[in-house]
Amino acid sequence: MIEMQDLWKTYKNGSDALRGINVKIDRNEFVYIVGPSGAGKSSFMKLIYREERPTKGHIFVNGFNLEKLKQRKIPYLRRVIGVIFQDFRLLPRLTVYENIAFAMEVIEAPKRQIRKRTLEVLEQVRLKDKADSLPSQLSGGEQQRVAIARAIVNSPAVIVADEPTGNLDPETSWGIMKLMEEINFRGTTIVMATHNRDIVNTMRKRVIAIEKGQIVRDEARGEYGYED
Amino acid sequence: MRISTSLRHLREGSKSLIRNGWMTFASVSAISISLFILGIFLLLTLNVNYLADQIESQVEIRVYLEVNTPQSQIDTLQSTIAAIPEVSKVEFVSKEEGLKFLREKLGESGKSLLEGFEGDNNPLNDSFTVEVTDPHQVAVAAGKISALNDGKDTKPIYKVNYGQGTVETLFKITHVIRNVGLVLVACLALTAMFLISNTIKLTIHAREREISIMKLVGATNGFIRWPFFVEGVLLGVIGSVIPVVLLLYGYRELTGASQVELSLLMMKMKPFDEVSQIVSTLLISIGIVIGVWGTIISVRKFLRV
Repeated sequence: MIEMQDLWKTYKNGSDALRGINVKIDRNEFVYIVGPSGAGKSSFMKLIYREERPTKGHIFVNGFNLEKLKQRKIPYLRRVIGVIFQDFRLLPRLTVYENIAFAMEVIEAPKRQIRKRTLEVLEQVRLKDKADSLPSQLSGGEQQRVAIARAIVNSPAVIVADEPTGNLDPETSWGIMKLMEEINFRGTTIVMATHNRDIVNTMRKRVIAIEKGQIVRDEARGEYGYED
Repeated sequence: MRISTSLRHLREGSKSLIRNGWMTFASVSAISISLFILGIFLLLTLNVNYLADQIESQVEIRVYLEVNTPQSQIDTLQSTIAAIPEVSKVEFVSKEEGLKFLREKLGESGKSLLEGFEGDNNPLNDSFTVEVTDPHQVAVAAGKISALNDGKDTKPIYKVNYGQGTVETLFKITHVIRNVGLVLVACLALTAMFLISNTIKLTIHAREREISIMKLVGATNGFIRWPFFVEGVLLGVIGSVIPVVLLLYGYRELTGASQVELSLLMMKMKPFDEVSQIVSTLLISIGIVIGVWGTIISVRKFLRV
């Protein structure tokens, strides 16, 4: 599903964000990416959905060879990846329904299909009664559920989540994690960067720890392993 | 492209015009004002050219003949002149006719002046009035006509006159006016483009987030660009229709009001119908081009991620 071979990322200012990453993530895995701030977690995520270009090495995502991926082919890579952020990134002027349908509109899905699938996903994230609300009228947890709905509406092969619970209180975070697990259970690979030790230690999954741009630990059913 | 997709682009493009109310207002004003000024210069240039054409087309050559040139020679001369490629029309003006013209021109006051010049006392020469196809070729044509005297024992031509000197100056002036007009119009068009691309850049900047989300969920660059393209066209159309309407309305009023005064000066303004077509086609297309150009330039920057 995702494979990185001796992957390096050096930014223009000369700092090495990633230094020789070798990793293989299989279909339907659920992986936590942990590590101190500035260790290279975000770069790791951005390389997957090709927001950043690798400096050296090889990276494959769902059959795409990202080194050779042409600029105009990037949209097709992004259609098999759902991205979720800490700050939700919803469009403030669109309703919940519109925000989700938007992700299907932009890939030119037929109208009837958009309607059917959007309602389906709204059901899945349990926000059907908020379909006509604006993001500003929702709580943080609800907004993140809208963002998740948007990420999964096009049935991506993999979800990349960069600290999805970072802005939420513990109780709400658990709700989000339940949802993530459900999505994973339905067959979507999940790569999630997080600082939340409770979640990692309770919902045991594969843990990849990154420090100073290198993988220092990679365990199935691992622990968070850092002091807060 | 699906029909529903194109409809979406049209809808999104026009929606964002309304959504970005003040920005739209700013862009449309920028286009309108620039095109209005441009239009004024365009009208001026068109009329100056029209006037120059009128003046130039009045340029003609007078060929005065020697007094005792026999009729047969006059006839051959007329056909020889008519055969010169630059010449479009040759008209014989006998000295009697010449006197009549003079009398008409001088009117009552000149009546006494011309008394006693009838018949054999007529001091004028027979002459040809020669018109040329291209006024700029008048000197060439005149030279060729003068050359007809060469190698003849009895030279038939007394003098060739086309306003030497004056005509050259006139052409110089009309040439300058035409070019200055062109340069001014070009400069203004560029300024307008710059203003518009800047304004559109701002409206796009306000939607950077929207664009980045579109990119994240896998929209192609073309898909992202279309609504902006529609918006650019609409900005251009609205921004150019306003000055076109104002300018044409003003021009019609002006031509109507100044008709009498100008005709006294033997001039007239370019007819409204000709002007309205040129002005509306040109300004609206410039408006659309700058709207679209401004948009494309500004969107491109945001699509490189």
